[in-house]
Amino acid sequence: MKILVVEDEPGLLEAITQSLEKESFLVEKAVDYTSALDKIVGYDYDCILLDITLPDGSGLDILKALKKENKQGSIIIISAKNSLDDKLHGLDLGADDYLVKPFHLAELNARIRSVLRRKSFDGQQVLQLNNVKIDFTARTVYVNDEQLVLNRKEFDMLTYFLVNKNRLINKTSLAEHVWGDQIDEADNFEFIYSQIKNLRKKLKDHQAEVEIQAVYGIGYKLIAL
Amino acid sequence: MKLINYTLLYLSIALFFIIGIWAGVFYLNMLDEIYDSIDDGLKNSKMLIIQKAKTDSSVLSKDKFDESNYAIRKIDKAYALAARDSYSDTMMYMAYEEDLEPVRLLTSTFVLKDDAYYEVKVISSMVEEDDLIEDLLYAILWLYIILVISVLLVNNIILKRAWKPFYQLISQLQKFRLGKNEQFIIQQTKVAEFKLLNETVERLLKQNLETYTSQKQFIENAAHELQTPLAISINKLELLAEKIEAEEEQLQTVGSVIQTLERLTRLNKSLLLLSKIENRQFISEEKVNLNSIVNRLVEDFTELALFKKVTLHVKEEADCLVTINKDLAEILVTNVLKNAIVHNIPGGDVAVTISTHYFTVENTGSARKLDTEKLFNRFYKESVEKTATGLGLSIVKAIVDLYNGKIAYAFSGKHQLTIRFE
Repeated sequence: MKILVVEDEPGLLEAITQSLEKESFLVEKAVDYTSALDKIVGYDYDCILLDITLPDGSGLDILKALKKENKQGSIIIISAKNSLDDKLHGLDLGADDYLVKPFHLAELNARIRSVLRRKSFDGQQVLQLNNVKIDFTARTVYVNDEQLVLNRKEFDMLTYFLVNKNRLINKTSLAEHVWGDQIDEADNFEFIYSQIKNLRKKLKDHQAEVEIQAVYGIGYKLIAL
Repeated sequence: MKLINYTLLYLSIALFFIIGIWAGVFYLNMLDEIYDSIDDGLKNSKMLIIQKAKTDSSVLSKDKFDESNYAIRKIDKAYALAARDSYSDTMMYMAYEEDLEPVRLLTSTFVLKDDAYYEVKVISSMVEEDDLIEDLLYAILWLYIILVISVLLVNNIILKRAWKPFYQLISQLQKFRLGKNEQFIIQQTKVAEFKLLNETVERLLKQNLETYTSQKQFIENAAHELQTPLAISINKLELLAEKIEAEEEQLQTVGSVIQTLERLTRLNKSLLLLSKIENRQFISEEKVNLNSIVNRLVEDFTELALFKKVTLHVKEEADCLVTINKDLAEILVTNVLKNAIVHNIPGGDVAVTISTHYFTVENTGSARKLDTEKLFNRFYKESVEKTATGLGLSIVKAIVDLYNGKIAYAFSGKHQLTIRFE
């Protein structure tokens, strides 16, 4: 999978690249409008992360160029602007998602996986790790082909963990992903703990070959057993 | 007191004294003139009587006034020589009025050829002084009233017209609120002072607006500019955490730094949101059913409520339809609900009541009333909650204000927040 990251902030570009490389993506970088345009015209990418405010132009123009060239890759806008208008405008122009800075790397990862999944040609909306299989179309989880009944939030949590397997998941990032970022500052998200406990129990009861570990001071991590 | 009435009050007091003094002087002058004229008449009568007495001695025997206006009596020489013509006011019975009436009396002496001395008294009916004063008083009173009424009318018609630009300016200023993007229209006027006033006010407002706008813009820009450095810091720390996963102590330090940065992020987002609300950047509006938002968010808060051992109740009396930006409606309900759950006590409850034009959130919590003055202030924190930004209710207030709603806090053992949209 090839991903192009268009971002003018070197620090952020570096962090995103490192994180994506951990996920075994092939990452290309562009730091300005011109080089980004060169790259998208010349090559095909599975996914493009696009910063809107670039030193020599707008990311939205790159988006337009992409659509004009009829490129197939998914596009995620990453912007410091959390304005609905920009969001709608970006999505209207053909972006697949819109992520507001600052974001958690795990969230970025989940978004990328999600847009890639939606665009996959085989239509297979399935994610599997060991004996745990998630069917995104039906929003169901199977362990050894036996259905694991989860409520909406447990399902969202498990998906978030699975797409970020072996990565450290910050509990804020998890809470924001599952409960939305409006739930912030609620007692340091300690309420998540009991939710994780339930999910863990269900996974264990079904002999799932994955485990959610607590990482002291940060949050959690899902590993394949 | 209105300006018009104020001038009227002083004018009427001034007029009262001016007319009063004038009336006194006028009365004295008039009286003087009347006496003068009567006395002339008496003198004339006296001369005629003396002339008649010279030819007709029967006149001399008339010692009572009776039907005529004179009386004559004989006097001795010494008395006559000492006497002078004297005028005096006296009272005399008048058959016509059936009462004693004031008369002017001229007492004089004369001598005939036979060295006989006589005293003649001539009277003339006089003006009735009390009647005159009364008439004059009424006339002046009427004059005064008419004058005051005319001043009032003139004031109301002319002054009102003249002061119109002033009153228009006042009403404009009354309606003017800094931050509400209302146009300030200043009426044209020919009066130099008003022109100056208008220009001064306009300039002052313009300066204020510019300062206000740039300040708001500054908050927004500052918050914006902070987003990227925050993103870099958090993401780099996340990568660092993965690198040092085995070293628990360091990991904990990194974790706490990330948490602090997240707090900063939330603060930043809240500030950005506040300034966006106040800058009216949420333009799109639609009819939003608050019931469905409340129900969905209550569902979202189930886990948090469970963790806090707080029970959530929703009572729907009617559908609450509000024309509002949908995102803001969600933020509004979220903040109010979250507030009620977080600042609660274990075993407590939160009751949401939704009615046609309002919704109320009532919750248990601290046993004392919150400071109503400060409750909606930015960065006001009742508790020592470290993670709270202290902006939640300010945001709620800003949203309610934006849509001309009303927010009220009450305490009766439980904390009650009512948000009303008409």
